[in-house]
Amino acid sequence: MSLADFAAVLMFLGVVAYAILGGADFGSGVWDLLAGDARRGAHLRSQIDRSIGPVWEANHVWLVYVLVFLWTAFPTAFGAIMTTLFVPWLLVGLGIVLRGGAFAFRKFSGSVREARLHGIVFASSSVVTPFFLGMIAGAIASGRVPADGSGDVWTSWTGPTSWVGGTLAVLTVSFLAATFLAADAERGGRHDLAATIGTRAVGSGIVTGAAALLAAVAIEIDAETLADGLHTRGLVLVVGSALAGLVTLVLLRRRQWALARLSAVVAVGAIVVGWGVAQYDWLLVDELTIEQAAGARPTLIGLVIVFVAAAVTAVPALIWLFVLVNQEAWQDEPH
Amino acid sequence: MPVTTIPLLATEELMAARYQMALSLGYHIILSCFGVAFPAMIYVLHRRGLRHDDAEALALAKKWGKASAVLFAVGAVSGTILSFEMGLLWPGLMSTYGDVIGLPFAMEGIAFFVEAVFLGIYLYGWGRLRPEVHLRTLIPIMLAGLFGTFCILAVNAWMNAPAGFTQLPDGTITDVDPIAAIFNDALWPQFLHMWVAAYVVTGFLVAAVYAVGMLRGRRDRSHRLGFTVAFAFAAIGALAQPVIGHVAGLRLDTQQPSKLAAMELATETEDRAPVVLGGVLVDGEVRGGIEIPAIASLLAGNSFDTVIVGFDDIPDDEEPPANVVHWAFQTMIGAGVAMIGISGWWWWRRRRDRSPDGSGVFDSVWFLRAAVVAGGLAVLALEAGWTTTEVGRQPWIVYGYQRTDEAVTSNSGIWISLAVMVLIYASMAVIAARVLRAMAARWREDPDSDLPTPYGPGGELVEVGR
Repeated sequence: MSLADFAAVLMFLGVVAYAILGGADFGSGVWDLLAGDARRGAHLRSQIDRSIGPVWEANHVWLVYVLVFLWTAFPTAFGAIMTTLFVPWLLVGLGIVLRGGAFAFRKFSGSVREARLHGIVFASSSVVTPFFLGMIAGAIASGRVPADGSGDVWTSWTGPTSWVGGTLAVLTVSFLAATFLAADAERGGRHDLAATIGTRAVGSGIVTGAAALLAAVAIEIDAETLADGLHTRGLVLVVGSALAGLVTLVLLRRRQWALARLSAVVAVGAIVVGWGVAQYDWLLVDELTIEQAAGARPTLIGLVIVFVAAAVTAVPALIWLFVLVNQEAWQDEPH
Repeated sequence: MPVTTIPLLATEELMAARYQMALSLGYHIILSCFGVAFPAMIYVLHRRGLRHDDAEALALAKKWGKASAVLFAVGAVSGTILSFEMGLLWPGLMSTYGDVIGLPFAMEGIAFFVEAVFLGIYLYGWGRLRPEVHLRTLIPIMLAGLFGTFCILAVNAWMNAPAGFTQLPDGTITDVDPIAAIFNDALWPQFLHMWVAAYVVTGFLVAAVYAVGMLRGRRDRSHRLGFTVAFAFAAIGALAQPVIGHVAGLRLDTQQPSKLAAMELATETEDRAPVVLGGVLVDGEVRGGIEIPAIASLLAGNSFDTVIVGFDDIPDDEEPPANVVHWAFQTMIGAGVAMIGISGWWWWRRRRDRSPDGSGVFDSVWFLRAAVVAGGLAVLALEAGWTTTEVGRQPWIVYGYQRTDEAVTSNSGIWISLAVMVLIYASMAVIAARVLRAMAARWREDPDSDLPTPYGPGGELVEVGR
C-alpha cells in the first residue's frame, strides 16, 4: 500500500465513522419528524434529546475531519468536488446550520410553541442533509465529477446513482437511529418506548433492505465501475452487510436491543466500506486515481502523524464520552 | 444550465464571494471567541464554587455552561460552513495550496473533537460525575481552544506571509514543507493577538450582560460576581493587546508593504513616515486627517528611519482599498484605547471602593454604562482588526503568490447563496438572542428550570423529563 493509499484509507475511516455516528444523529431527527404531535411524540422526543444531546457535536466533527483530509491529502480532488457539486454541498451546509442551530435552540426555547418550531426545523433538516450527502456520494461513485471540476452544476449530481444514494442514505440512517434509540431507551429503563422504537426499526430495516435491492439494479445500469467493484472485491462486504441486516431484524424481534444496535452498525459499516473498496483505486471514479490526486509527500506524512496524535488524544476522549452516555445514570434524569 | 440566468461581471461574482466569506468569518469569529475563552471563565467560577462552597458561583457556572451550549452549537455549525466555503468559494486556493497549508486544519480537527467531546461531558455531567472530575473536564476544552486558535491563525498568518513551498514560473508547487508553512513569520504575533482578543471579546460581552442587569436594578451578588470574573479577564487582555498588536505590526514594512501603506495611508515611500489620524485618500492624495510626523516609521520598525513603502511604489493593480483598511485599522486602535480606559476606570473604582462586599464598584451608573459600551467596542475592535488584515491583503489571497480572483470559484450565482446566508445568519442571531434572553428570564424565576423537553403542553408530560 502506498502512502497515498494509506492517507485515503485514513480519510475513508472518517467517512465510515460519519456514516455511522453522524448517521445515527440524522436518523434520530427523522424519527423526531415522524413522532407525531407534541403530546404523542413527547416520550420519543425526550429520548432523542437524551441520546444525541451530549454527542451530536462530536459526531458531527467527522464531516470536518473528512473535508480537511480531502483538501490536505488530495487538494485537486477537493477543488473538483466542491466546484462540480456546488449546489448539493450548499444545501448540505444549509441543512447542517439549520439542524445544529435548531436542535440547541429547541432545548432552551422560551415557550413550547417556539420549541415546536425549532423542532420542525431540526427534524426536517435531518432528512434533507443526509439526502444530499447521499446524492454527492452517488455523483462521485458514478463517475460524474471530472478531475478539473468542470462537471455540469446540475446534471452531475442528479443521475440515477445520486437519487439512489440520497434515498438509501435517509433510509439507512433512520434504521440505524432506531436501533440506537431503542437501546438507549432500554438502558434508561423505558421498556415500552424501546419496544415502540424497536418496531419502527424493524419496519425501516425491511424498507431499507428492499430499497437496497432496487439500488443494486440502478447501480448496475448507471455506475459500471462501481458495479464491477461490488461484484468482485466488494462482494464479501455487500453480502456481509445484507446478513448483518437480517441478523439485526431477528435481534430486534427478540428485543435484544443492544445487540441489534451492534449488528446494525456492522451492516451499515460494511456497506460503506464496500463502497470504498469497490471504487478503489479511484478517488473520483473514472476520472482521478488516489495516486494521481495525492498531494506532497511531507504533507501526507504529516497527516499520518496528525492521525496518530488524534488516536491518542481525541479517540480516548470520544470513547469515554460514549461509555458515559451508555451508563444508566446518563440515560436517567439528572438529579 | 447555469445557476443563474442573470449574468454578472466576474468582478461582481468575486465581490459576492468575498462578502459571503466576510459574513461567515465575521459571524463565526465572535462565537469562536466564546469557544476559546468562555470555558476558562466558567472554570474560575466552578472552581470557586467547589473550593469555597460558594453556591452562587456554582449556580453561575451552571448557567454559563447552558448558555455556552447554545453559543457553541451555533459556533460549531458556522465553523463547518467555513470549511465548506474553502472549497465552494475558493477552490483555486485549496487545489493549489491544500497540501501546503492543509495540515494545521487537520490539527485543528483534533482540537474540535476534544472540545466537542468534553463540552458534551461537561454539560451533561452535572450530578453525574464526581465534582472534581467534572470540574477538570473544562481543562481540555480550554487547551483545545488554545490549540485550535494556533492552528487557524497559522493558516491565516501563512496567507499573509507565505512560506514552506516553491512556486515555479508555470505555477507548479514544489518543495512543500508543511512545518515551515505553519511556522511562518507572521504566526506568533497573529496567534497571540487573536487568542487574547477572544478573552477580551468574551469577557466584555459577558460583563456587559451583567452591567445591563445591574442598570435595571438587579444588583445581587450573583450579578456582581458574574461581572467581575468576566470583566477581569477582559481587562487584563485589553491591557496586553496593544503590546501584542505592536509586535504584529513590526516587520509589516517588509512582509506586506501594501497592507501597511493602506493602514497608514502612505502615498509616498519615505522614512520618518507620519501617522495620519482620520483622513481619506482621494485620487491618490490624503484629504483631511491629522498628521503626526515620524510615528508610523517608529511603530513599524522601532526606528524613525524605517522606510514605509508608499502607493507610488506599489503597482496600481496590487493596491488594497486603502480607505477601508485605514479606517478599519484606526477603528480598532480607537476601540482598543477606549477599552483600556474603561478597564482602568474599573481598577480605579476597585481601589477606591470601601464597601465590605465590593458592591461599591457598581454604584456608578456611568461606569456601568461604560461597561455596556465596552461589550460593543470589543466586537467592533475584533471585526475592524479582521477587516484590516483581510482587506489589507487584497488583491492577494496568498500574499505575492495568488490573487483572490484566481482563487474564486468558476460557479456563478454566488449572490444567491450570499442572500440565503444573510437571511439565515440574521435569523440565527435573532433566535439565539431570544433563546438566551428566555433562559435568563426563566432563571430569574427558578434558577434550575428548563423547558420540559417533551415540547408538549406541560402538565403530565413534564414527568418524562428535561
